[in-house]
Amino acid sequence: MESILSIKNLSKKYKKSKSPAVDDINFEVKKGEFFAFLGPNGAGKTTTISILTTTLSKTSGQVTVAGFDLDKEASSVRQNIGVIFQKPSLDENLTAEENMRFHAILYGMYPFRPLFSLMPKNYKNRVQRLSKLLDIDKDIHKPIKTFSGGMKRKLEIIRSLMHKPRILFLDEPTAGLDPLSRKNLWKYLVKVKDSQNLTIFLTTHYLEEAEDADRIGIINKGNIEVIGTPRTIKQKLLKEYLIIDSNRRDKLIKELKSKNIQYTINENIEIPIEHSNAQDIIKRIDTQLSTVDIHNPTLEEAYLDIIQNSHADSKRD
Amino acid sequence: MQIVKEINAIATLAYRDVTKLLRDRLRLIVSFIFPIIFIGVLGTSLQENLGSNAGFNLLTFTFTGVLAQTLFQSTASGIISLIEDRENDFSQEMFVSPISRYSIIIGKIIGESIVSMIQAIGVIAFGLILGIPLSIGLIITFIPIAFILTFLGGAFGIFILGNLSSQRFANQIFPFVIFPQIFLAGVFAPMKTLPIYLLIPSRIIPLTYAVDLLRGLYYSGKEEYELIVLHHPLINLAVIAGMFIFYLLIGTYLFVRNERNR
Repeated sequence: MESILSIKNLSKKYKKSKSPAVDDINFEVKKGEFFAFLGPNGAGKTTTISILTTTLSKTSGQVTVAGFDLDKEASSVRQNIGVIFQKPSLDENLTAEENMRFHAILYGMYPFRPLFSLMPKNYKNRVQRLSKLLDIDKDIHKPIKTFSGGMKRKLEIIRSLMHKPRILFLDEPTAGLDPLSRKNLWKYLVKVKDSQNLTIFLTTHYLEEAEDADRIGIINKGNIEVIGTPRTIKQKLLKEYLIIDSNRRDKLIKELKSKNIQYTINENIEIPIEHSNAQDIIKRIDTQLSTVDIHNPTLEEAYLDIIQNSHADSKRD
Repeated sequence: MQIVKEINAIATLAYRDVTKLLRDRLRLIVSFIFPIIFIGVLGTSLQENLGSNAGFNLLTFTFTGVLAQTLFQSTASGIISLIEDRENDFSQEMFVSPISRYSIIIGKIIGESIVSMIQAIGVIAFGLILGIPLSIGLIITFIPIAFILTFLGGAFGIFILGNLSSQRFANQIFPFVIFPQIFLAGVFAPMKTLPIYLLIPSRIIPLTYAVDLLRGLYYSGKEEYELIVLHHPLINLAVIAGMFIFYLLIGTYLFVRNERNR
């Protein structure tokens, strides 16, 4: 698949900082891909997204966005991206429609007109259609300050897609939203992504949002720790294991030792199942079991494992 | 065509500033309070107590000074608000849109100039209530001069903005660059005769030329002209043009550079 975002040896060191916020990172995002960029606070996520969206200069490295060089063709890069910022970027003093209109004019889609009624017919139709799609058509001429957090985010998404960007950057877009608003927002985004072959570059703290990504990149302390599909990241970093226990635990442990079955004791007894299947292991055990379960690693566990290992490594260094 | 897109963007950004002022009633009221206090309280008390010795009407003198100061200061402070906007609301949108950074600055200067003109209308209305002699013809001739003063204020604002890194720093520094100018530019007191240590800063600051240009127009042909006006209006215009170009070019360069090189 064709690459739409290419990052080579990208570094950023802030003027007053001793260490780089982003340190020689490399990765690519494919056209139409949903790429989730994860990391703890201060890992370098927002710095990276700020560079990619042209609002922050890099210290070194080469970046191309939608086929345009970030340094030489910044205006073309901007024309081809949509951005949803961490903090809402709507003008609270303006109505929803005015926010959309000003965006459309800034992106050169329509000439300036001071009133909605003076705007071209296709603009009016588009605003009506988009606002209906997100169920805010009745509130489109109301000031933003009367909108809920969910409505504001919906409006920002509509607005960011007005100029038909090829890549949509979302910097923690659902922070502060209730679960229902988050769900609705993702439902809409997935629909748009599929219908427009849109590439999505997401940073988020909600790992369940990243579960649906085509690929995930995890950044920590300015370095890329891992890149891959959610499935491969989980499989690579965490192993599945069988959870068993017995009312006669001593007997069970003795049996496991005698049959040379590897185990660890936590709350229950955990047996890795990487080279065999769970059924075979259970068949080999004669002691009556009181608990039988299979633990499937989650993305959250994989993420925590990466971050914690990275912390441990840096302490050792 | 890119130039048409840039002009549309400039018009949008300017229109947004004006819309924001008109919808923010508190800001609108507050913007009239300081000029009214300066003219109504300070100007009136100066005239009542010292007017007979001054040789000219100190209320009218204060009015012309405050009018010029309002146009200059309001535009400058409006421009400096870009630093706050940068981290909030719609301005994030401006900075990721495919328009020139210069268009953002020009749009902001025009928008804040119109905002200052609206405030100036309030100041002139208050002057008329106090009985300041103002003919329709004079008010009409104020319009181009007022725009010149707002553009100077806007360029000065950009120059300050280009040298600031945060809103907190801007809030701390702005009174230090504005208040000394108000006193040294002769907004409230004549600056014809000054000791050398005040004369030099008085003649370096831009507000001096803004105030003097407006007074040159107002007192033109009046007997107080020689007592009040420092320089011929053409000299003021030339200095203002030079300062405008200097502040705008250096300020825009620094702003655009700082914007990305954080």
